[in-house]
Amino acid sequence: MISVTAPTDQELIDFVTREARLIDQHRLDEWLDLFADDGMYWMPLEWGQTDPRLTASLMYEDKLLLTIRIERLKGNRTFSQKPRSRCHHVLQTPQIDKRDEARNEYTTWTPMHYVETRYDEQQLYAAWATHTLAVIGGKLKIKLKRVDLVNCDAAFGNIQLFM
Amino acid sequence: MNRYRGNAEAVRNLIRETEVHRDVYLDEEVFQLEMEHLFANTWVYVGHDSQVPNEGDYFGTTIGTAPILMVRHSDNAVHVLHNRCPHKGTRITTETCGNTGKFFRCPYHAWTFRTDGTLRQIPLAKGYEGAKLEDSHAAKGMNPVRHVHNHRGFIFAKLNDTGPGFEEFFGDSLSSIDNMADRSPAGRLEVAGGVLRYMHNCNWKMLVENQTDTTHPMVAHESSAGTAIKVWENAPPGAKKPMAVEIYAPFMAPYDFFEKMGIRVWPNGHGHTGVHHSIHSNYSMIPGYFDQMVAAYGENRAKAILDENRHNTIYFPNLMVKGPIQLLRLFKPIAANKTLVESWTFRLVDAPDTLLERTLMYNRLINAPTSVVGHDDLEVYERAQEGLKVDANQWVNVGRLYDPSEQADVTAETNGTTERQMRNQFRAWSKYMTLSM
Repeated sequence: MISVTAPTDQELIDFVTREARLIDQHRLDEWLDLFADDGMYWMPLEWGQTDPRLTASLMYEDKLLLTIRIERLKGNRTFSQKPRSRCHHVLQTPQIDKRDEARNEYTTWTPMHYVETRYDEQQLYAAWATHTLAVIGGKLKIKLKRVDLVNCDAAFGNIQLFM
Repeated sequence: MNRYRGNAEAVRNLIRETEVHRDVYLDEEVFQLEMEHLFANTWVYVGHDSQVPNEGDYFGTTIGTAPILMVRHSDNAVHVLHNRCPHKGTRITTETCGNTGKFFRCPYHAWTFRTDGTLRQIPLAKGYEGAKLEDSHAAKGMNPVRHVHNHRGFIFAKLNDTGPGFEEFFGDSLSSIDNMADRSPAGRLEVAGGVLRYMHNCNWKMLVENQTDTTHPMVAHESSAGTAIKVWENAPPGAKKPMAVEIYAPFMAPYDFFEKMGIRVWPNGHGHTGVHHSIHSNYSMIPGYFDQMVAAYGENRAKAILDENRHNTIYFPNLMVKGPIQLLRLFKPIAANKTLVESWTFRLVDAPDTLLERTLMYNRLINAPTSVVGHDDLEVYERAQEGLKVDANQWVNVGRLYDPSEQADVTAETNGTTERQMRNQFRAWSKYMTLSM
């Protein structure tokens, strides 16, 4: 049995903060590496949604689908990204909701504002990010990043990057 | 400036055999006339009766830009009412759906209405003695929409008395809705999963035209579907192709595939892509489903139902139905340059949950505001809405595979890359715009 060094609270907080920074700096390959192989990114459509499978979501993506998104953003014929979008996160300090060292499961809760811009347009979104993390191969990895928008059921225009 | 109001000839002149004038997309007066005429003279989709299963259940929506609601009345029929109080105009329900019990109650002055719309009670009614109430619009209650039809759960309504009856208007096009419902072993559908709402800064007709535009997927969606194929090429040999790749990949099918899929047009602006096959033809079978279908229908009929893989069926003016994956999209006009797209999904009653899971995945990957397919579609619509401001050319071409002998209001099958269905829509547009002018 491999003994796992449990992360400190500060390490969990630093991880979540850095995760947002990688998105804002368009370091998306590094960002994708933060996910466990079976990690998921979930953006529910319903307030308090519990089921990603038989209830619609805005996003419910495994690493394959996230890879497709990231590779698409690099493409020369990605018309909706001419010009490119930019984004900006403002996070509250992540709160540690759960530490389960025996099961290697750590959950943080992070209220945030997220801005996405393109051309002259700037959109502001408010959301809560819930990270479910695990230590894998000595590193913290994302098992699930869940982003609950305050107005999850509103009619949006294009949301093109990652919250 | 009244360039089009009261001038049916000017409206007709916007539509030529192979091109349409930009004012059908840009002009606010034309848009207003669409609301008054086109959306009033045609049968417009309201909702599905599974959204209002019990007496008193209601669902609020719009026809054109007018708020309406549908409600299950005590006679078990679904009624469609104009969603305003006859007193001061207050919208009666604002939450999308709910149960109102035996009657609606206006939040402003507590006037109440039965669920067929009739006026039930006015507080302090004595104040209306001798006040000509019985002769007023107010006495009529929440005006019911008189022309309502339920076809296998799909509720359509027509606001005006002018215009054809339901069967005459839709004719054989109802076969696409029938096929979707027949795909349930019980022959029934239920709205399920939730609705994706996607705001578009473009005219609603651009979206309707896109549904039968088969020469854009491999161009506009190269960045998403093409990338999906490339990423999947790196998968380990023998790995099972995921549902998501099955959904994305056919968007990159070559022109030949789309030419051969065929397009069928019907009278009154309806039509569909995928007469012979479609991007939905080669999805994996869901374990257990075919056996359920055989048990329900017998083998021959079950095969016939499942071999019908129509791509997109347009119910003119603003509905698209995808039978093979139990999904519909409603293109709701808000302004000449603004459209709300609602994408609804259905459960096939008594079929495996995996079918609904695939339907929801399709909707999420293709029709969500977070969809990489949707992103590029919206981009080209919005660029068109901008580009049409060029005065040097004020016409949009819809002439691909035009045949001078082609007629309006007939049933015909043709090459799958024709723009004939777009022409079919504009001929119907011209007819129903001017029918009541």
